Amino acid sequence: MIKMTDISKSFSGNKVLKSVHFNLEKGEIHALMGENGAGKSTLMKVMSGIYTRDSGTIEVKGQKVDFTSPKQAEEAGIAVIHQELNILPHLSIADNLFLGREETIGRTGILKTKQMEKKTRQILLDLGLDVNPSEPASTLSVGKQQIVEIAKAISVDAEVIIMDEPTAALTDREIDSLFKTIRELQKRGVSFIYISHRMEEIFSLCDRITILRDGEFVGERKISETSFDEIVQMMVGRELGDRFPERKSTIGEIKLAVKGLNRKDCFEDISFELRRGEVLSIAGLMGAGRTEVAQSLFGYKKLDGGTIEFDGKQVKIDTPRKAKEMGIGYVTEDRKSEGLVVDFTVEENVSMTNFAAISKNGLISKDKERKLYDNMVKRLGIRTSGPDQTAKSLSGGNQQKVVIAKWLGIEPELLILDEPTRGVDVGAKKEIYSIINELAERGVAILMISSELPEVIGMADRVLVMHEGKITAELPKEEMTQERIMHFATGGGKLAVEKQ
Amino acid sequence: MQLKNNNQSLLQKIAPFIGLILIIVIITILNPGFLSVSNLMNVLRQVSINALIAFGMTFVILTGGIDLSVGATLALTGAVTAGMMASGIDPIFAMLLGLLLGAILGAINGIIIAKGKVAPFIATLATMTIYRGLTLVYTDGRPISGLGDSLTFQMLGKGYFLGIPIPVVTMIASFGILYFILKKTTFGRRVYAIGGNEEASILSGINADRIKIYVYSLLGLLAALASLILTSRLNSAQPTAGEMFELDAIAAVVLGGTSLTGGRGWIVGTLIGALIIGVLNNGLNLIGVPSFFQQVVKGAVILLAVLLDRKKTT
Repeated sequence: MIKMTDISKSFSGNKVLKSVHFNLEKGEIHALMGENGAGKSTLMKVMSGIYTRDSGTIEVKGQKVDFTSPKQAEEAGIAVIHQELNILPHLSIADNLFLGREETIGRTGILKTKQMEKKTRQILLDLGLDVNPSEPASTLSVGKQQIVEIAKAISVDAEVIIMDEPTAALTDREIDSLFKTIRELQKRGVSFIYISHRMEEIFSLCDRITILRDGEFVGERKISETSFDEIVQMMVGRELGDRFPERKSTIGEIKLAVKGLNRKDCFEDISFELRRGEVLSIAGLMGAGRTEVAQSLFGYKKLDGGTIEFDGKQVKIDTPRKAKEMGIGYVTEDRKSEGLVVDFTVEENVSMTNFAAISKNGLISKDKERKLYDNMVKRLGIRTSGPDQTAKSLSGGNQQKVVIAKWLGIEPELLILDEPTRGVDVGAKKEIYSIINELAERGVAILMISSELPEVIGMADRVLVMHEGKITAELPKEEMTQERIMHFATGGGKLAVEKQ
Repeated sequence: MQLKNNNQSLLQKIAPFIGLILIIVIITILNPGFLSVSNLMNVLRQVSINALIAFGMTFVILTGGIDLSVGATLALTGAVTAGMMASGIDPIFAMLLGLLLGAILGAINGIIIAKGKVAPFIATLATMTIYRGLTLVYTDGRPISGLGDSLTFQMLGKGYFLGIPIPVVTMIASFGILYFILKKTTFGRRVYAIGGNEEASILSGINADRIKIYVYSLLGLLAALASLILTSRLNSAQPTAGEMFELDAIAAVVLGGTSLTGGRGWIVGTLIGALIIGVLNNGLNLIGVPSFFQQVVKGAVILLAVLLDRKKTT
């Protein structure tokens, strides 16, 4: 279908791709893996005409091509679905599907709305999605919006669909239905290139895998003939050892005790205790209210009721500022919109929570600021070109470390981590786990929200499972299995609430 | 990659300066009299009022806001100060009260925007109308004169210090202080942070509401300072003073390369932007462009500068 040979590409002297090969067969689902910065995105941008290659050849269906614009790639049947979806939330589903190629009466510009809605309905039904096409696209869940994007691609006769981290924001159920759609299209001969960091998904969905490292082609394997360990080793170029490093912490006295927390339409009757040196995880589906609980604990969103005890004293946390002063840190779910000022340098981002430490009478001490930065870079192994590198030019894993660094500076006693490894490659994931362990060993109480069940099971001492705003189960380490957590997360355990 | 980014932003930073030089060269070729010391002092004095407001506007725009009410703030503080002086209140005390009033009018903007969650454009559009209306009510639509002969007050607009007009000295001193605040203090850093990402700033424990109220107050204070200089120069307070000043200030900020979406920019650029506008005003007169036509040229130059700037960023 597509054959890319000896592709090289440099940006201002920096070789990002070095003689990379990539072969896509008709009707296969081909995974593309590599750590952040390995060159996956660049390769896909070369394939889809956003970048032009410096050297090498690209053949589509046996014919050499030379895309100079995304439009040409699209005409050749190559469609890209980006991580950030191109859905206009206020337009109807049908309008989204027909965006840019609306059907009109003659050339008048008057829309044939009814006809487009009818077609939309049919196309989406074929993909197993039964929705009213005149509703605004914002009424769809992210998972369904993604299917609308796929529908958009195939309705312009795409034969190759490139998907970049499609499941990052989906619930397990949505992932299932996305995979069903992908497999259905595969039967019709559509090929997929699937970029993801989630090993389990790749093993359950893909046929073949190509691995890149530092801009080089490392290898290609049939999924049926390879293993998890082999792929990780190919990606990082060394043995990674245990996925979840060992923790030797002693669980101490109660740091945080909440009783009957509720916020209207978000969560209710949330009660739990968290001890020093303990890693408590909150699992659940998207929208279960986990992030909302964290935001309320951090004073970012108001509580409607309930009590919070911190170190045995009842407290009221009504602003993030107050939470910070009490020694609570919050590594937010979405690092770009809530965690970082992307135009700021790494150093300036680290300083944002630490003005007290780096300034006197409102004057910033450059020396102290640099010292804090140096400290954090060393402690967390942040890879930057220097303190003046802007946060937006860092890889996802390093951005996440910067967000964590912001909070390590205040020497937190309680650290809330919301999806700490989302969109982060395996190597950086393990480093983040080590940081969490190190903090717990020092007696920091950790509250970790995560949708990745292997991570919950690998890291948590105890897990709370939430479903529709309520805690449906509390499981100690020995009782955690993916099946059990899923059971309670989907509401299955409502009647059999387990509490010790 | 990084090196390239830095170079780009450096080029972006000096672009306004190159523009200024270019305009000066063209005007000087057409009329060498432009470069005389007395004319340059004149230009600087004319620039000082807009520059003071534009400095404050830089802070506001850096937080991602805008303030349309500064012209009206200038008029109202000028009128009230002049009114107090005309009625015999100690002029220095009256001027201090005028500055305080400016800060208060700014704080009102800030409170409406931060606590009332009103979009800055709308909030200040409304207060602009209110402040202007209050000015007309207070003055009954007539200028206030008979301000007495307090030396301090007269010097403010008309005096010289070491041969440099006092308004220019005021402008340079304010520039120095504000540059320092933006560059070296936690307050300055927080201003950038809020404009860069307000949510992340709040989640980092920054009190965004308070910072916003401070920046609007600062702008109000600077507008009041500008109004004292203007009132002193004219020896009277005009109810229509400061009309369109907000637009000149915003133009200076944008010409200086500060992003209207906040978070990016610097006050040195604003000074250069204000100089570009001042040099144009003065130079177009010198080379004999008819006054109606001057506006067209001024607008075109601003547009051109901003377009060139955009081109470079992409």
